[in-house]
Amino acid sequence: MSTDVTDKSPAAAPPGGAGGGASRDLMQLVLGGLRRNMRQYGMLIALGLIVALFAVWTDGDLLLPRNVSNLVLQNSYILILAIGMMLVIIAGHIDLSVGSITAFVGAFAAVLTVQHSVSWPVALVLCLIVGALAGSLQGFLIAYLGIPSFIVTLAGMLLFRGLTEILLKGQTLGPFPNGLQKIGNGFLPQVGPNTNYHNITLLLGIVLIVFVVAQEVRDRSRQKEFSLDLLPRNLFLLKLVAIAASILVVTMLLASYKGAPIVLLILGALVVGYGYVMRNAIFGRHIYAIGGNLPAAKLSGVKDKKVTFTVFLNMGVLAALAGLVVASRLNAASPKAGLNFELEAIASAFIGGASMSGGVGTVLGAIIGGLVLGVLNNGMNLLSVGTDWQQVIKGLALLAAVGFDVWNKRKSGS
Amino acid sequence: MAGPVLEMRSIVKTFPGVKALSDVTLTVAQGEVHAICGENGAGKSTLMKVLSGVHPHGSYEGEILFDSEVCRFKDIRASEQRGIVIIHQELALVPHLSLAENIFLGNEHATRGLINWTETLKHATSVLRRVGLTDHPETRVSDIGVGKQQLVEIAKALSKEVKLLILDEPTAALNDEDSGKLLDLILELKNQGITSIIISHKLNEIRRVADSVTIIRDGRSIETLDVKSAETTEDRIISGMVGRDLDNRFPERTPHEAETGAAPAFEVRDWTVYHPIDQQRKVVDDVSLHVRRGEIVGIAGLMGAGRTELAMSVFGRSYGRYGGGTVLKDGTEIRTKSVAEAVGHGIAYVTEDRKHYGLNLIDTINRNISLTALGKVARRGVVDEHEERRVSEGFRKSMNIKAPTVFEPVGKLSGGNQQKVVLSKWIFAGPDVLILDEPTRGIDVGAKYEIYTVIDQLAAQGKAVVFISSELPELLGMCDRIYTMSAGRLTGEVPRAEATQEVLMRHMTKGDEDEMETGATR
Repeated sequence: MSTDVTDKSPAAAPPGGAGGGASRDLMQLVLGGLRRNMRQYGMLIALGLIVALFAVWTDGDLLLPRNVSNLVLQNSYILILAIGMMLVIIAGHIDLSVGSITAFVGAFAAVLTVQHSVSWPVALVLCLIVGALAGSLQGFLIAYLGIPSFIVTLAGMLLFRGLTEILLKGQTLGPFPNGLQKIGNGFLPQVGPNTNYHNITLLLGIVLIVFVVAQEVRDRSRQKEFSLDLLPRNLFLLKLVAIAASILVVTMLLASYKGAPIVLLILGALVVGYGYVMRNAIFGRHIYAIGGNLPAAKLSGVKDKKVTFTVFLNMGVLAALAGLVVASRLNAASPKAGLNFELEAIASAFIGGASMSGGVGTVLGAIIGGLVLGVLNNGMNLLSVGTDWQQVIKGLALLAAVGFDVWNKRKSGS
Repeated sequence: MAGPVLEMRSIVKTFPGVKALSDVTLTVAQGEVHAICGENGAGKSTLMKVLSGVHPHGSYEGEILFDSEVCRFKDIRASEQRGIVIIHQELALVPHLSLAENIFLGNEHATRGLINWTETLKHATSVLRRVGLTDHPETRVSDIGVGKQQLVEIAKALSKEVKLLILDEPTAALNDEDSGKLLDLILELKNQGITSIIISHKLNEIRRVADSVTIIRDGRSIETLDVKSAETTEDRIISGMVGRDLDNRFPERTPHEAETGAAPAFEVRDWTVYHPIDQQRKVVDDVSLHVRRGEIVGIAGLMGAGRTELAMSVFGRSYGRYGGGTVLKDGTEIRTKSVAEAVGHGIAYVTEDRKHYGLNLIDTINRNISLTALGKVARRGVVDEHEERRVSEGFRKSMNIKAPTVFEPVGKLSGGNQQKVVLSKWIFAGPDVLILDEPTRGIDVGAKYEIYTVIDQLAAQGKAVVFISSELPELLGMCDRIYTMSAGRLTGEVPRAEATQEVLMRHMTKGDEDEMETGATR
């Protein structure tokens, strides 16, 4: 038996006492990796636990294909906002105006398409431009005039809420043309043979798995060149299988209902795009640099004002996108749309590992944070918990996540 | 004169890794003005912090006798209760509160938590009179000048029934007129029976107000001189301050032969900078200097001489308000209005304060090194992490940065290793001109030698190096030529052959009234 094992993997430890030592090394490696990325793994584990808990409490209703599909649709706009908010917070600022801009853009879209019959692609582009203008106005005041972002965006929050009500004359406006409705409610079209599943969704899931696995393998081979502490081969394979399995499960769930929502594709593109920019682009580095130590970044030649301006411009565009998604999902523009969205987005970023003082955080973290809140929302709705208690519990979740972070940092003495 | 009011005996104070005071004895007579002199880092401020209870009893060795009683102050309040009040270099006033509120801050005239304003204003007016201020006590501190603010600090001390007043560099931030007023006040208070200790770099001021001076060097009290005696000349004080042997702490260096004819690699002409808040005050006043290719040029000066302010202002106007002057590279004028422009012209400024201005402490070695020149490891705005890692690994090895990988957060490194990261970052930017501001501050001797070697190599590669330092031996050991600054002005230019600590200190302590005289080579 023991010879059999050594034959298969020559690197594996010989049987007996030394085997215990090797597995202890392995444990240390895994624990070390966990400790280094405590925040990310911690929240991922917490998300897993929350999903598992609610799945049990709702007798599996949480994971019904229909509900998973709903979960994505319900949370997409908060996740879109959370990505932009993460950038703002990493840069050392805050944006309180995104909820109001969301509502304003929704109203603008309604006025264009419903009242003036502008075609929906034109309206969409105009809406994104309005978002960019709103963001760059605030960005200009913050970056170039040096007015604190809290004040500027607090003013923006009041201003754009007011403009929304003026635009809509206090009333709800709808319904939207068909094309615009699809953004928030649509699914990918069904094509090909009838397999009981949604074909394109399955295909996309498989492509995604191949892409992620290829990425991981490439990363590992690069790490090898620098002989950094590598995950052992079997553990690496386990990780790949785990990733592939979770993508597959979500894909199957979605594919057995109506397929992948269009907004999920938008969201996926945003996560990949912004994740890449924050990790690999000079622009992303500069955001981390100004948030981490502004004077040092300035003295390193980072154009801090331009970076700050762009971060707020970007937030405006993403808020406009979120506004379109919300309006399209409700199929109407309402003066009360987007209420408290800014707080949910900010909470997502902090649950996902952002730091009050800036310089820390990842796009993936914002998504995980947003999903934690989303699953809590959805799960409690399924359990018919009232909104009163929902707020209490979400507040406690935010406190617990950040409290854990502070405690963990103090323990490691950094 | 009367017997001693204060005796500090054999004070030893150790910080983790550094012995700040190794044996200091200080005796101050009743009713005198006692000056304390020494180079930057000699231990003057630490000594005063021990005396005033900032470093509490138990954290140092030795004993303190005040009014012939042994004192064991546990905090600054305890020493103030005995009548010892310290006025720090940085003013400790709250700008948005009134003079009266500031004077009695923490010491309010109050009954059961409610402030008695009548009493407060009456008392405030009387102490303000004593320091010669006629401003209304309800004026806000931010509305009066720095000179008056210094006087308010003293009024605050007087309100506490001060017996021993300690002033740490009281005139460092003041112009001539305000300095004069302040010194007169110290003499006036002396007549009222208040003993003062004054820490100052300016020897002319010491000669004007002090009765005796104690010299501190490398954490030891060297000697106490009677200022009024004819033997105590400024030269005598200087030789006490610098009297230390130069040992072999520097790499062998062949002095650079000044190539005549060719334009200097880097030149600053008639540079003037105003203070960012006190906009009338010139922090740098009409300074001109030049550096040739392959040359290391020092700038010596005491605290407040304007060296850092000059460097930062030249480097993208990063300090104060520009008041005129030009920068030339290889004989042609260049624009350095922003940091990006300065970097673009091949200028690098390595800050004296690496924690605040040099590094992003929460980020990795890797990312700190690449930040200034990300374009070099990127294509079309996208960083090639592979290449970036190769570059920073290279620096980790060549600069001997002690860290397991380049993914270590910079905040976890020791001071010397952090400094190597800052240097790596700027070397990676590939500059032609390096302005190094106190590159060896707060790091141990071994790491210092490594940094000297790097600087030497940079010069050998033909780069022009400006070396700002408060440690004279370091400048003497490394530089081809040394400029001296005092109170924002260039007060001397000394070639390597003529430079000694005494000569430099002489130029560095020149007051404003002294004419500029140099052993200039230009």
